[in-house]
Amino acid sequence: MSNRVINILVPIISIIIGLIVGAIVMVVSGYDPVQGYSALWTGIFGDSYSIGNTIRQITPYILAGLAVAFAFRTGLFNIGVEGQLILGWLAAAWVGYAFELPKIIHLPLALLAAAAAGALWAFIAGFLKAKFKVHEVIATIMLNYTALYIANAVIKKLSDGSFKTERIHDSASLRSPFLRELTDNSSLHYGIIVALLMVVVMWFILEKTTRGYELKAVGFNKHAADYAGMNVNKNIILAMTISGMFAGLGGAMEALGTFGNASIKAGFTGIGFDGIAVALLGANTPLGVVFGASLFGSLKYGALNMPNAAGIPEEIVSIIIALIIFFVASGYIIRVALQKLSKKKEGQ
Amino acid sequence: MSFLEMLYFIIPSAILYATPLIFTAIGGVFSERSGVVNIGLEGLMIVGAFVGIYVNLEYASTFGTATVWVAMLAAVIVGGIFSLLHAVASISFRADQTVSGVAINLLGLAVSVFLVKMIYDKGQTDMITRSIDRFGIPYLQDIPFFGPLLFRDVYSTSILAFAVAIGAWFIIYKTPFGLRLRAVGEHPMAADTMGVNVNRMRYIAVVISGALGGLGGAVYAQSITLNFSHATIAGQGFMAIAAMIFGKWHPIGALGAALFFGVAQTLSIAGSGIPYIQDIPAVYLQILPYVLTIFALAGFIGKASAPKASGQPYIKGKR
Repeated sequence: MSNRVINILVPIISIIIGLIVGAIVMVVSGYDPVQGYSALWTGIFGDSYSIGNTIRQITPYILAGLAVAFAFRTGLFNIGVEGQLILGWLAAAWVGYAFELPKIIHLPLALLAAAAAGALWAFIAGFLKAKFKVHEVIATIMLNYTALYIANAVIKKLSDGSFKTERIHDSASLRSPFLRELTDNSSLHYGIIVALLMVVVMWFILEKTTRGYELKAVGFNKHAADYAGMNVNKNIILAMTISGMFAGLGGAMEALGTFGNASIKAGFTGIGFDGIAVALLGANTPLGVVFGASLFGSLKYGALNMPNAAGIPEEIVSIIIALIIFFVASGYIIRVALQKLSKKKEGQ
Repeated sequence: MSFLEMLYFIIPSAILYATPLIFTAIGGVFSERSGVVNIGLEGLMIVGAFVGIYVNLEYASTFGTATVWVAMLAAVIVGGIFSLLHAVASISFRADQTVSGVAINLLGLAVSVFLVKMIYDKGQTDMITRSIDRFGIPYLQDIPFFGPLLFRDVYSTSILAFAVAIGAWFIIYKTPFGLRLRAVGEHPMAADTMGVNVNRMRYIAVVISGALGGLGGAVYAQSITLNFSHATIAGQGFMAIAAMIFGKWHPIGALGAALFFGVAQTLSIAGSGIPYIQDIPAVYLQILPYVLTIFALAGFIGKASAPKASGQPYIKGKR
């Protein structure tokens, strides 16, 4: 079996095992897995309304996945997508309601603000890594909570003690009556186009620019990159900043598309952490991220139908997602198994 | 409120909030000292909190006053077993330890909330009837000033936490086991050459961290929230990681850091009733532990550096 085939097989096998274990969990807990999975299926593809909302759910997942994947490709683990996304969300919402501008300026400005907020937050982690050798995993975890509490405090301040900001003006909104009608009043918005555009942007940066080549080189082997005359520190900071930009835009999708405001959160949104799963499943490639986001976004949205239609708590899907991450991360053992299997076949 | 009254209010409350952090942070010390990064402490705390509350609710009538201890023991066992997932993935299957830890966090929360909904048919449990009780330590509580401050109304679990911290220091620095533990975290190949079973040491360390994380969760739930829902543990696990780093991967350091973070948590929650403190916006106190940890890592507050081999799977024969 070639390496290429194995690389594609590992995630697929992981998904299958994840779904099987999920079914076993349902049986053991006294639920009917057939009913459960069919409720999940209808929750995702049942009607145009569900499909619209599923795509809406996939949108921030793509951006969160891109953020994690981009950092991974440059040798960094951005576990701080969550915090960057929260600040992007807040920045987009603020620009969305505080200014009154024509749509052609307002919407791009709001998106830009979100990207800048996310980029700034990630920049801190990149800077700490480059200048002080602070491991980015720990720094971004700490920055996640810092972002959460700061965002909550700012929202409280902006709204005079309320728990959410004012609604954004229509001129900053990603929503469209056309998409709504098309999907039976779902909350589908134009964010998906922004997300797919960013998929192309990531591909372009990494594959078609000198800077992208340098970023990847630093990720592969920073000593070799240094020897070749590349500025390792500058590239680390830049890589984190670009990654944070994707994350910030993920927050903008929620602010300008789905919710139309920013509200105080008791805990994390979970999108940032699921982004790690998305990137991992997609092998950190732009196209892979689209597939990963589609899978996890669909599962997450479809799960909401499970309590009503099958009486199964929707958390079953989070269990399945966590298991899939485990299996993909333990890809080494699946590779070993696959190689043994193919050797046996050759021996016959 | 006089200054003295303020102290009498802040210090016991800070110890209360610090106690779960101490257990969990020391769990983290064991795991990281052996070379396994454990980002999954949050998930392990969640599982511990759920198990603690479940056992407390279901068996309060059977065990009476011993209920909280039985619940904690159950949380220790389940936490240890749950952490085996992280151990298998990151030690035997050579998974990225951070990714595996993230999966533990997702799985811990999902499984716990799933079970709550399955068993109780609602998103959160009822309040427990028996919580961890407080008592005064004879003689010590009569000491002027320090008596009422530290020894009156102490939680038994707080005393246990101090004992665990000192015990952990002894085990890690004064026993052959501790020497091997540190060796496999600093230079696994050298340890292997000397006949130490690297993977076995790491398995033991990760299970200890799971057990202590579970205990931390059960203590938090049974002394502070008194029920279980998806938001019971909201960041305490990550704050424990912060305490571990701020304490420079040392049990006593982690104890001190946890106590300090306990003060910060108390002030951010109850600060509005305290003179001077009420003028500080709560957000500064909320972010304080995390910001300080970043400063510590950056070298502004003494240099904190992780065990050398932490984060890397040990592959025999690989240089």
